[in-house]
Amino acid sequence: MVAGFAILLLCQLLGEVTVRGLGLPLPGPVVGLVLLVAGLAVARRHNGDDRAVAETSPLGRVADGLLAALALLFVPAGVGVVQYFGLIGAEGVAIVVALVVSTVLTLAATVATFLAIRRLIGATDEEAGP
Amino acid sequence: MTPFALWVYLSASPLFWLTVTLLAWLLAERLAAASGRHPLVNPVAIAIVVVALLLATTGTDYRRYFDGAQFVHFLLGPATVALAVPLWRNRTLVVRNVLPMLGALLVGSVVAIVSAIGTAALLGASPAVVASLAPKSVTAAVAMAVSEGLGGIPALTAALVIMTGILGAMVVTPLMNALRIRDPAATGFAVGLASHGIGTARAFAVHPVAGVFAGVAMGLNAVVTPLLAPVLARLLS
Repeated sequence: MVAGFAILLLCQLLGEVTVRGLGLPLPGPVVGLVLLVAGLAVARRHNGDDRAVAETSPLGRVADGLLAALALLFVPAGVGVVQYFGLIGAEGVAIVVALVVSTVLTLAATVATFLAIRRLIGATDEEAGP
Repeated sequence: MTPFALWVYLSASPLFWLTVTLLAWLLAERLAAASGRHPLVNPVAIAIVVVALLLATTGTDYRRYFDGAQFVHFLLGPATVALAVPLWRNRTLVVRNVLPMLGALLVGSVVAIVSAIGTAALLGASPAVVASLAPKSVTAAVAMAVSEGLGGIPALTAALVIMTGILGAMVVTPLMNALRIRDPAATGFAVGLASHGIGTARAFAVHPVAGVFAGVAMGLNAVVTPLLAPVLARLLS
């Protein structure tokens, strides 16, 4: 468990250092994600299998545990922005309508493009889920 | 120790508000489970409202609350890095869908920005509010920086980002049902792109593959929106 958490923190730390060092307009954790993927590719080459991300491995257990609680992690920031709802004020109607319209259009356009391109290149959608 | 003295002590300690955050979450999760995971019974929204009401009724300011809640908030960074693990496990499926993902990324990102700017401007919103809305679909830190660059209000953008996240998480399942789309990869990618981490959390709750594609979309949109938003905002003004 500790080893898994240390790997995540190390990648995040390297991500923050990279972002700040190179002045990239990206969040450090996103770069950390990319670094961990690279690390897992190296681990696979070295081990010959994916034991590093097995559900019983230290990294696998910590990652699965954190992602199962992902929604909880947004609660403190969400509580923080409640105090800014006052800023929405007089233009509330325009803002809420814009949010709803834009979110629905974005979801529909993204999913339609994804499926259209996949059909175009003839890939099969073998993953049928809920 | 009188009850009041005890309260003064407890409410000032990180332990109290950290515990409240976890209990509010457990309550919200229980309500969501009792509703049969109904999309409109969103546990993030419920937990936020419960905690915000408690802060208001006890007259606690946010800084004191955050002394405790920061331990939960801190885990957002490692959790983002942890997305690499399901991504790596599903890499064959992800690689096979690179072209659909890139196309959907470009179209989705443009639609997210243009439709937000366009709708708000049509309804007569002020330029600062329009600029604050433009990057609403990306993760908060990135969105606030983009908003500032466009002449928006970063704090307002933070609020709009959270609202967009919750909205997308609530809307995605009914919308995809209405469109008769069941593909978890495509659906996950859409909700991650439109609604960043909160959408990704919803995707993981629905299907592990949806969660993987949502995480990828969130990461890619955080790269693309800062590049596209200034260009599109200039074109539309």
